[in-house]
Amino acid sequence: MNLIKTLLAGAAVATGLAGAAFAEEKLKVGFIYIGPPGDMGWTYEHDQGRKAIVEALGDKVETTYVENVPESADSERVMTQMALSGHKLIFATSFNYMDHVMNVAKKFPDVKFEHATGFKRADNVSTYSARFYEGRAVIGHIAGHMTKTNTIGYIASYPIPEVIRGINSAYLAAKAVNPEVKFKVVWAYTWFDPGKEADAANALIEQGADVIMQHTDSTAPMSEMKKHEGIIGFGQASDMGQFAPNPRVSSIIDNWAPYYVERTQAMLDGTWESTDTWHGIKEGMVEIGEMTEAIPAEVRASAQELADKLASGEVHAFTGPINKQDGSAWLAEGETADDGTLAGMSFYVEGIEAEIPN
Amino acid sequence: MDLSSISPVTLIVSLMAASTPILLAALGELIVEKSGVLNLGVEGMMIIGAVCGFIAAVTTGSPWLGFLFGAICGAAVSMIFAVLTQYLMANQVATGLGLTMFGLGLASLLGHSYTGINPPLFSQIHIPVLSDLPVVGRIVFGHDPMIYFSLALTFAIWYFLTRTRGGLVLRAVGESHDAAHALGYKVIRIRMLAIAFGGACAGLGGAYLSLVRVPQWAEGMTAGAGWIALAIVVFASWKPGRAIIGAYLFGGVTVLQLNLQAAGLAISPAYLSMTPYLATIIVLVIMASDKKRQSLNAPASLGKTFFAST
Repeated sequence: MNLIKTLLAGAAVATGLAGAAFAEEKLKVGFIYIGPPGDMGWTYEHDQGRKAIVEALGDKVETTYVENVPESADSERVMTQMALSGHKLIFATSFNYMDHVMNVAKKFPDVKFEHATGFKRADNVSTYSARFYEGRAVIGHIAGHMTKTNTIGYIASYPIPEVIRGINSAYLAAKAVNPEVKFKVVWAYTWFDPGKEADAANALIEQGADVIMQHTDSTAPMSEMKKHEGIIGFGQASDMGQFAPNPRVSSIIDNWAPYYVERTQAMLDGTWESTDTWHGIKEGMVEIGEMTEAIPAEVRASAQELADKLASGEVHAFTGPINKQDGSAWLAEGETADDGTLAGMSFYVEGIEAEIPN
Repeated sequence: MDLSSISPVTLIVSLMAASTPILLAALGELIVEKSGVLNLGVEGMMIIGAVCGFIAAVTTGSPWLGFLFGAICGAAVSMIFAVLTQYLMANQVATGLGLTMFGLGLASLLGHSYTGINPPLFSQIHIPVLSDLPVVGRIVFGHDPMIYFSLALTFAIWYFLTRTRGGLVLRAVGESHDAAHALGYKVIRIRMLAIAFGGACAGLGGAYLSLVRVPQWAEGMTAGAGWIALAIVVFASWKPGRAIIGAYLFGGVTVLQLNLQAAGLAISPAYLSMTPYLATIIVLVIMASDKKRQSLNAPASLGKTFFAST
């Protein structure tokens, strides 16, 4: 039986925490999701990560999740409830949970929190994110080659650094291969609203965009693209492979599973520490989904080469010379952006004609 | 900013498609409220219609059967509300809210294995010559059949409420259920039928969402459309013709603000998003401002429990 193992693992946790009373209990791991696991996008991948924990660590852990948790005081209630019911590790998987995570973490110093895409940390709060912008650079490269109208539509969610960074990265990569390219950005002000996301895609297509990128969580924009001829798009957060080979020609996949398993294992071993993780293509947290036949072979090859170079560190998605939108210099020739600036990015690069709403 | 990139014709076409689910749901709720019942479960009935319609369409391969099944299921869940409020005298507000939550949960359960599937295509009609006319062709003749159905339904409801005996009886029940009862009308039975009709319309609206507008099934995909439908009924001051205006205003503002953004106009989407709700509040203020405007008011028995003493 695994009883001995469980006891040992439990004891390891207990030494760092509250004493032998917990020794026989499984480690309870909680997740709060912004949308439903069935969104086939962002939340789906987090739920895959949760399942990976169950698979890897089996009966040493017990996972719980609460879906459709708004980024408001509601999330505090959910996390408090989790902490009170014995969860020792809680993953909060959306940016605006940030301050609520900090509040709850203060009240429960024994509970460890993992906050996705945030930047506030404490002794019991870690942050983790993926370098989505590396993936954005690869699909931007493909988009720049593929657009015939030189207009790329971008369905954005909220004007936060993560989203702005993605727009900049995709734009720079598209511009590098197609100087004529223009970006049209629509802010949906939602992470998940299939009807609105479809309307946004439709609005962009009507205004001449033939390549659509999305930074929202549902597959609705894909369905909308499918209704029109000659429009392509990219899976976001998840592969969205059911729309391949057309309109989905490739995708950015967030693979959280290895990180989730590693962090949960650290809890079991008693080695958990507050950290800041930002992994990219190299570590496998960002994956590029299969590029379909709809992309010409030479573009597929050059996109793969770009992905490989981003992984090896030979190329950085933000390499100078780059000016800010207002024309002021940001990066000099050959200079690359530092993580601090990227993490707090709140400006467009030169060439993007839209304005960031405030 | 380049406003010329917004084509008015395509804007109107996509506005109509975006508004049809809320129009259908609002028309159903309008009949329900005209009979004196306040059913806040529109969102729940819509999402049940969305998931059931989707499942039926995927299983049978026919979008028409999807719509039919969506409407039937919408009506079926509305019967829970009907029995609770009409026979067991439950509070309508609480029961309606309960129906919404129940519907959202049940829909997630039913739709669990249907995420990521593409439904059979429901195409726009194409009438030779007419649909190819410039401007008029696309606005008048270039839609899918459900949009024409929603417009026909609006007219039919207007005709029913204002020109038929049945409509008069329905309104009498909504204005004063005691008087209607004294005249020998079956208040409960009429209200049951009205609630079923409301459920069917909400279900149809939901099915339109999952089969035409998005088209796919995703949990929570109605995303508040049912609540907007409720606001439209008030905005329309319980008149079907105004419900069209309300629905197209609500749907139109969403589409317009996305289009304006795509065209690069730097106006905060928040302002446009709040306009329909502001308009609703203004309508409410106008209604309350003057006794002479009583015809604009809500049915007098709206939300009151009817108990036949004799």
